[in-house]
Amino acid sequence: MGWFATRPLPLPPDALEGLTPDPENGALVFAAAGCASCHVAADGPADLMAGGMRFVSDFGVFVAPNISSDPVQGIGDWSDLELASAIMRGVGRNGEHLYPAFPYATYNKADTQDIVDLIAYLRSLPASDRANEPHELAFPFNQRFALGAWKALFVSTDWVMTEADTPQLQRGRYLVEALGHCAECHTARGALGGLQRDLWLAGAANPSGDGRIPNITKGALSWSEPEIAEYLKSGFTPDFDTAGGSMAAVVRNTSQLSDVDRAAIAAYLKAIPALAKVAP
Amino acid sequence: MPIRKLTMIATAAALTAASLAYAGSHLTQTQQRAVDARQSQMQLNGFNIGALGAMVQERIPYDAEVAAAAAANLAALASIDQTRYWVEGTDSSVEGTRAKPEIWADMAGFTAANAALAEATTDLAAVAGDGLDAMKAAFGPVGKACAVCHEVYRVPNN
Repeated sequence: MGWFATRPLPLPPDALEGLTPDPENGALVFAAAGCASCHVAADGPADLMAGGMRFVSDFGVFVAPNISSDPVQGIGDWSDLELASAIMRGVGRNGEHLYPAFPYATYNKADTQDIVDLIAYLRSLPASDRANEPHELAFPFNQRFALGAWKALFVSTDWVMTEADTPQLQRGRYLVEALGHCAECHTARGALGGLQRDLWLAGAANPSGDGRIPNITKGALSWSEPEIAEYLKSGFTPDFDTAGGSMAAVVRNTSQLSDVDRAAIAAYLKAIPALAKVAP
Repeated sequence: MPIRKLTMIATAAALTAASLAYAGSHLTQTQQRAVDARQSQMQLNGFNIGALGAMVQERIPYDAEVAAAAAANLAALASIDQTRYWVEGTDSSVEGTRAKPEIWADMAGFTAANAALAEATTDLAAVAGDGLDAMKAAFGPVGKACAVCHEVYRVPNN
């Protein structure tokens, strides 16, 4: 019974029926969802999703997989439904739970149409035959079956911003909460690695050990909406410092969005609750 | 006597440990001056790029004379020899600097990143007085050169 409740649940077989992929929109979804920030080859061209980047966490080291179009090492041979199940449900090709270093707890709120478009775009990117490496996780974190319980505790399709009254706020919420996965870094985690939604975007320890990841609620971020939008476009802060560390890679993505979308993200950040300057 | 001797050894050991700890968290004068010098240079960079950036974002009107002067300053700053800036023991493991150990581990890459900034600022200085569009076009690569270095060689703020 316990196993049944926490078993991997892929998308239903008809989930993508009737949807026609639009790879052009897929390119925008790819940028907004920040795929390249984790999956790009360390020393390869910007469009080679060979994986290999290492992410140190309290649970061990996660290694980004090859999601290039290669049929053997990459996703070339996966069906659309298999890919959509991985992205939106955190279920792998063999029906196994995937680790939430992959932000499917964000992407589960995405429009299925956007994911179909994204997959079409992904298939158009070059192939890499770089072999995948296993994650380096200690017991008990290497026991995938336990992820079912983790998902039951921490994966939700509910929005954090429950009331989004304007189209701009709805778009901002979608970009931040369903694609951009800003919270994966900017929100503190509990002992089991789940996001603390009551501390939404109020900053967190940096797992890499370099300082802290900033609080981006009004409690700490005093920039105006145009200043936030400009930062996401050019990387310049209001006093003309530039984005550094991991955020530089994020700006490479957000710089590809439209001005309207960047303004929506800024409006969203100004509309969420202001939290105290330092989150635990 | 043996007890007194033990006390002396313990005291000496404690003093040694204390002075090592002191050396670990406090910079020598040479180190501090190098940190001050490079941070002063970053301030000057920021002061000059701020004027240009505000024009690029059209927060203030374009002024050819101000733009040309600020761009010339940036190019001059980027040409300053930095050999004495990067003293051993002044990376981000000590208080008060965000200079990552990667600077020392990859001095060749760091020097190349500085050379890229020098080139971009020289290009900017050549056209900054020729109108807003020309300045804007040459400003982009300067921002990119700043960002490349801040991504790899500087500890993020906060």
